[in-house]
Amino acid sequence: MLDDVAIRIRQNIGIVTAVLLFSILYLLYNLAHPKGFSSAVLVQNGDEIFALAMLAMAQTVPVLASGLDLSVGAVMTMVGCFASYLLTGAAGGAALHLDIFGLHLGLGTFPGGVSGILLGIVICLAIGALAGFVNGCVVVYGRIQPIIATLATGAIYIGIALFLRPTPGGKIDEDLNWALTNSLGDFAATVHIFDDGAAQWFAPVAWIPVPFVLLVLIALLVWVPFRRSVIGRAVYAVGSAEGAAYMSGLPIERAKIAAFTLAGFFAGCGGLFLAIQTSSGNADIPQAGAYTLNSIASVVIGGTSLLGGTGSAIGSIFGAMILRVISFFFRIFDIAPLLQPLFEGLILLAAVSIGALGVLRVKNTLELFR
Amino acid sequence: MPDATLSQSAFLTLSGISKRYAGVRALEGVDFACERGKIHAVLGENGAGKSTLIKIIAGVVQPDTGAMRLDGRDVTFATPSAANAAGVVCIFQELSLMPDLSVADNISIASPPRRFGLIDARAQRRRAEELLAAIGCEDVNPLMRVRDLPLSRRQVVEIAKALGKKPQLLILDEATSALTSADVEKVYAMLARLKAEGVAILYISHRMHEVEALADRASVFRNGRHIETFDKGRRSTADIVQLMIGRDIATQYPPKPARGSPKPMLAVDNLSWDKSLDRISLSVGAGEIVGLGGLDGQGQKSLLLALFGVLRGVSGQVTVDGREVRPGSPAAAKSVGIALVPEDRKTEGLMLPMSIADNLVIASLDAISTGPLVDRARETEAIKRGIARLQIKIGAPGDAVATLSGGNQQKVVLAKWLMTDPRIILLNDPTRGIDVGTKQELYRLMRELADQGAAILFYSTDYDELIGCCDRVAIMYDGRIVRELEGDELNETNIIASALNIDGATPDTPGAAHA
Repeated sequence: MLDDVAIRIRQNIGIVTAVLLFSILYLLYNLAHPKGFSSAVLVQNGDEIFALAMLAMAQTVPVLASGLDLSVGAVMTMVGCFASYLLTGAAGGAALHLDIFGLHLGLGTFPGGVSGILLGIVICLAIGALAGFVNGCVVVYGRIQPIIATLATGAIYIGIALFLRPTPGGKIDEDLNWALTNSLGDFAATVHIFDDGAAQWFAPVAWIPVPFVLLVLIALLVWVPFRRSVIGRAVYAVGSAEGAAYMSGLPIERAKIAAFTLAGFFAGCGGLFLAIQTSSGNADIPQAGAYTLNSIASVVIGGTSLLGGTGSAIGSIFGAMILRVISFFFRIFDIAPLLQPLFEGLILLAAVSIGALGVLRVKNTLELFR
Repeated sequence: MPDATLSQSAFLTLSGISKRYAGVRALEGVDFACERGKIHAVLGENGAGKSTLIKIIAGVVQPDTGAMRLDGRDVTFATPSAANAAGVVCIFQELSLMPDLSVADNISIASPPRRFGLIDARAQRRRAEELLAAIGCEDVNPLMRVRDLPLSRRQVVEIAKALGKKPQLLILDEATSALTSADVEKVYAMLARLKAEGVAILYISHRMHEVEALADRASVFRNGRHIETFDKGRRSTADIVQLMIGRDIATQYPPKPARGSPKPMLAVDNLSWDKSLDRISLSVGAGEIVGLGGLDGQGQKSLLLALFGVLRGVSGQVTVDGREVRPGSPAAAKSVGIALVPEDRKTEGLMLPMSIADNLVIASLDAISTGPLVDRARETEAIKRGIARLQIKIGAPGDAVATLSGGNQQKVVLAKWLMTDPRIILLNDPTRGIDVGTKQELYRLMRELADQGAAILFYSTDYDELIGCCDRVAIMYDGRIVRELEGDELNETNIIASALNIDGATPDTPGAAHA
């Protein structure tokens, strides 16, 4: 049995390294922070980490199938813009209309209140998944390389976002914002459960930030089952050796579409949270691009091979957290923020170098080029 | 010729199966049948059509004409999984494993055990353990990634994976080639068990002693045709070899010059690498063409790659023109005057989208440059000379090399290397997939180059070609040179006999490989 543990650690050395690195960095950060180890700091960090962590998970799935999704940032931005219309929470609901080609089309009233908010969340996530599904279909049926297919669809999604929000604006229900971006105690107080969060048994967990709980829930309820499903297995198989996967009778096309759809869903989660956090929708193109690139960096730091077939979305979450913690350091040590990209680059390079060590063991150098 | 005695009790029947690839005949009007509870060997030379036959049976390719009946029903398999569903399972030579997935994942990849709709990792692991135990290989931990296993263990996993599909017809295509002798015994035992359970087994192997030990019946293929099917013991080994050779239209080869004793240009001493080269010693004289023969995959390609500096961890000594060399990369090999026409011209020989001109000069840019700049006039001159020397048929030198026919592409590869003025030319099956006319031009050119003093080491899967072109032929088996043939000894019977290692000899290297 000890053997088995050793094998598992060796096979997941990338993730283990990422977890250790994050733990060390975060410990140092809290030690150096004047208010370290407090709920307030945790909550703030959780809010800053969540969207990137979701995008890192999103990027992981296509990468596992040897594809790259350049549209995750765009999907995030687009879903955020939709959210700024659908999650206003206004008691009487919100009137929706479409101005296009000089026409003014009324789309009826979107319901308000709690049920309206819940419906809005479902619709936003569905839009994200749909965008991912479209990506998958373009890649599979259009037979276009993922990197160029998603570059194009990403531009389309940004276009839709700009159409929805030419300038930043919109509104998100204030209670929703407060409930999701603070600690569990604040959440309970806002939605009036557990005696508004004052219940005796609730106290030991009341300090936990909500985004952290959401992250764990999404990982456990979406990623873990996917990883253990037949289609999830097929995604890994396609990334590992597509020919062998075909010869083994696996549903290759469905696996690819599923990978992109799940990516869209995760990116949608990120966009939804970002909108809730900022209480507005903003078709910010540079931000979408930065998030996409950081998602790729997170995936690599988290131990997933860009060649596909090996790695995990859990690792990518830690990859994203490492990237973010590095930026936290700049705040407390008062180092010029302009140096931040430089250090992020060095960290990324170091992480990638570890992954490339295996090259030294190859005996037939021709295999390096296959 | 259909066998009436077979068709009554046959489990699988093929009738009139033909298949062409891009106009080249792979199978022609093949009738074939096999029964339950019998091990049926399929024999033939390289390119006899064996692999096309099993690919058709296993649903990897579709026949152009002909019909297939399985268990009395007409069947067509559009995909490998359709064949699997009908109980036809094939263990392919090229492994069908996914390297990044664990052994257990791979074994159950097609239909994993499930609980609540999700893969049940524990049940899957038990299943892997059971199947591995069934072939006596409990030492493989199902948690291991296939990538981390040695080749022989991967093949074991492949066999376990096939068993897990509960085959009615099991096809083994050289499935024991990478196994250790201990594992081979276990696989034999497993085959005997399956046979007793009434599974039909098709066994493709180049190892004659294996076929003799295992098969109840054998079919010989040659040039895409089914030649004969016979029961065990009805034909001697010599008969079988004769059936495999047959007779073909003779190709014209340039005359061989009288042989003196040339000074060795390339001398290899005790060369070993990984598991595929085992203490190789060989010399090639200036002006000599030495062939590398034997069945596909006995280490010939590795030998050429080792000499060209592609392999790491090669032990032994290589001398070029009396001086010891140790090329660590193709660039280093080039600088000591070695050229290699590689196995796959489309990926390793040429840059397909680049122009013919660019491809021609890509290995000899130093010779036509002044400082860092390529001299356009000398480049044009060199390209013109290269095209003329090999009589490459092209539209314009600026066309993409992909637009040329296979034969002319191969000429471009060769011309590219001739521009470096190599002293040693390594050829890896250069005439594969090339029309007869171009082949003869290549033969003539090889002799011309040898006459000008080059040492040529020539690997070919075509025995006829080896006999016609080479001054000497070294036959490889299992990473060793088992025999060198020259003069009158150099004939097809000797080549095939040595290639199959019929005497089972392990000459000059006591205690080698399967000890």
